[in-house]
Amino acid sequence: MASNSTGYTIGFATAVCVLCGIGVASANVALKDLQDVNKVLDQQKQVLLVAGLIQPGEQVSAEQVADLFQKNIRAEVIDLKSGQRAQGVKAAGFDQNRQSKDVATSREAPDNMAKVMRLPNNALVYHVVKGDKTDTLIVPIQGYGLWSMLYGYLAIADDANTVKGITYYQHAETPGLGGEVDNPNWKKRWIGRKIYDDKGEPAIKVIKGRAGDDPKTDPYQVDGLSGATITSNGVSNTMKFWFGPDGFQPFLKRFKTSPKPPPAEGGK
Amino acid sequence: MDKKTKGLLIDPLFNNNPIALQVLGICSALAVTTKLETALVMSIGLTVVTAFSNLAISLIRNYIPNSIRIIVQLTVIASLVIITDQILKAYVFEISKQLSVFVGLIITNCIVMGRAEAYAMANPPIPSFLDGIGNGLGYSMVLMSIGFVRELFGSGKLFGIEIFQTFNDGGWYITNGLMLMPPSAFFLIGCMIWIIRVRKPEQQEKE
Repeated sequence: MASNSTGYTIGFATAVCVLCGIGVASANVALKDLQDVNKVLDQQKQVLLVAGLIQPGEQVSAEQVADLFQKNIRAEVIDLKSGQRAQGVKAAGFDQNRQSKDVATSREAPDNMAKVMRLPNNALVYHVVKGDKTDTLIVPIQGYGLWSMLYGYLAIADDANTVKGITYYQHAETPGLGGEVDNPNWKKRWIGRKIYDDKGEPAIKVIKGRAGDDPKTDPYQVDGLSGATITSNGVSNTMKFWFGPDGFQPFLKRFKTSPKPPPAEGGK
Repeated sequence: MDKKTKGLLIDPLFNNNPIALQVLGICSALAVTTKLETALVMSIGLTVVTAFSNLAISLIRNYIPNSIRIIVQLTVIASLVIITDQILKAYVFEISKQLSVFVGLIITNCIVMGRAEAYAMANPPIPSFLDGIGNGLGYSMVLMSIGFVRELFGSGKLFGIEIFQTFNDGGWYITNGLMLMPPSAFFLIGCMIWIIRVRKPEQQEKE
């Protein structure tokens, strides 16, 4: 029967904590590998999606994802400030979001409308290679919408200006309103639009209402999400920030002068 | 199955539903019911956690010092929830991404603690386990019904499969945005409680 002496209570509490601790720790250790595989796979899948190598809703096995990724995609770690390839940093296992949180590998972001707090020193971009040439660039983007930070990727053609696709892989916007950033029909409206205007300034934005159907006559505007003005503005701010001087502008400029894909990294 | 066992499992569905009668665990019912898929995984998660926490607490009920019983219950529940979360991350990654923080919030779900304190502390392990499953099923039933209505009218789909072709996709159905907002779950749960209590007048509270 339960005794209520202090010694017994402390002893009991300790025993419960130790037992529960062991349970939680073993679950974590036992499942860690599977979880890590899932995380990498999920990221690769998102990259393949925005590259158009797999279609949304398509059932693809883990092997197919890994295989497609291996064959078509090369990752490159860049120095965000200079836009040059970062020396001595391996792309495999590089976690940009983790780097942005670490004081040693990031700096405070200048005030921006996308509400990005910290900028990583290095960023991870992907090249979709055809033959020996970069066909598409894929860069990570993030920006605040109404409720949440939206994380995604933008695919850019080899002119470093034309959008080839957009995808968000993590957000918590209102389903049906801001959550329509996941709507394939909306995503299609991005294709063919230009990021930079003639002066080289980031110009693409999400407007209220409907943008022109032909990207040639209406190159810098994308349809707004009805009922989700704040999310739409958030997407505009995201573009303005990440393709401005603090984001990928230096890299895209450098890419224009030397459009070479990085060498394939051996193994994983 | 004898009558008592059956009662443990069936009672929480209508007669003693944790959400509709006990009005516990409303918070997550609002959050995860915009889609049936997430509602289902959340239901399974909660049922498993309630069942096993009831079992574990019932096993040690005679040894728990009274002064720290709540915190002991909480420790057991929290551990089980973390393990559930880890398993979801390992095996159904996509869904666990959508459920994000809400799996962790099972810890604060009043149903789990409520059953541990009200039932498992006073009953042997097997009935406690069944009581956990029963209450989990009661919760699941409400979650699935709310999820059904919200997903169907909010996005014209069930389990992600299109039922009504929505206007945004070129169809006829103009989605009801309210259904996707948390307040709609309040209205729906309110209506549900109303219907159950009209059919079962003994559940009505006395003035």
